[in-house]
Amino acid sequence: MSQDTPMDTPTDAAPRVDPKLLELLVCPLTKGPLVYDAAAQELVSRQAKLAYPIRGGIPIMLPEEARPLTD
Amino acid sequence: MSAPLVFDRPLARRRLARARAGGFAEFLLARAADDMEDRLAAVLREFPLALDVGTPTPLLAERLRASGRAGAVLRLAPTPEAGPLTAVADEEALPVPANAFALAVSLLALQSVNDLPGCLFQIRRALKPDGFFLACLFGGATLTELRQSFTQAEAELEGGVSPRVAPFAEVRDLGALLQRAGFALPVTDVDSVVVRYADPLGLLRDLRAMGLTSALVERRRAPLRRATLLRALQIYAERFADPDGRVRATFELVWLSGWSPHESQQQPLRPGSAKARLADALKVVEHGPGGAVEPGER
Repeated sequence: MSQDTPMDTPTDAAPRVDPKLLELLVCPLTKGPLVYDAAAQELVSRQAKLAYPIRGGIPIMLPEEARPLTD
Repeated sequence: MSAPLVFDRPLARRRLARARAGGFAEFLLARAADDMEDRLAAVLREFPLALDVGTPTPLLAERLRASGRAGAVLRLAPTPEAGPLTAVADEEALPVPANAFALAVSLLALQSVNDLPGCLFQIRRALKPDGFFLACLFGGATLTELRQSFTQAEAELEGGVSPRVAPFAEVRDLGALLQRAGFALPVTDVDSVVVRYADPLGLLRDLRAMGLTSALVERRRAPLRRATLLRALQIYAERFADPDGRVRATFELVWLSGWSPHESQQQPLRPGSAKARLADALKVVEHGPGGAVEPGER
């Protein structure tokens, strides 16, 4: 994760994701960096144009479960 | 070049999720975890950060953390589970950076990977130089009794056979794959475990409770015919029973280990760089293509 990644407080009841875990994870396809979107509870890979969901505080790093980014 | 798709991995994950929800049969995993702890005890290294690749339950990661054998463990789980430093991942697409881990471990997971060379390469890449990889997966002789029983029953009743039991890799192939993935000092060995059941149905129940029921892409979509299943169970009981009537099921646990290359490790010499002749060491006369070669002459 790069230094300028916004680390917002998770909203509402979403369990907090361990920041150390986020530091260790990269995009499984490109091995590039991920940006943590705390509001959407997603880990975004700009290179792969995919957003990996975080469910119940657990990052789901499966390409087939990721949301394709349209822009 | 993409690897042929043998395993339906999303289906395998659903099978595993169902098995875990219903109470995972952990006895083989616990045995492999015991063995792994013994093997790691012989490695005189500290592992500040370890990677668990796809072990079906958190058992191994928990043990490594509790024993202090690893400072921290990033667990890549096949299905969602709560726990420290845990993410869900596919062994074929590891979400980890290069040069990050001192140790990578995996128990009873890598047998259902389609692209095992690619997976091993990614594990090697995730290790720091001189990092250690130790894994256990099911090998070729696993469930040989079940495979033979289904094959015979289908040949008898349906006039053809279909794959009911997954193919497992052979030990000699796995050693070559380790080398191809760039591991130094690769070692493979086999631990054959025979589990005895009161009847073959007990085995099928356990396979379901381990999430190991067939997830082959080429599996028959038509459900197994009841008559074929019954005949297969009958053959199993006839051919693979001990004198006391209990039936045997073989699980071949193949162990793989290797090191991420580092200059401190033993290196092979460059071909042709030998300083002594084999013939001298053996005190024999060397026969070259042109006849005998005298010792010392070259």
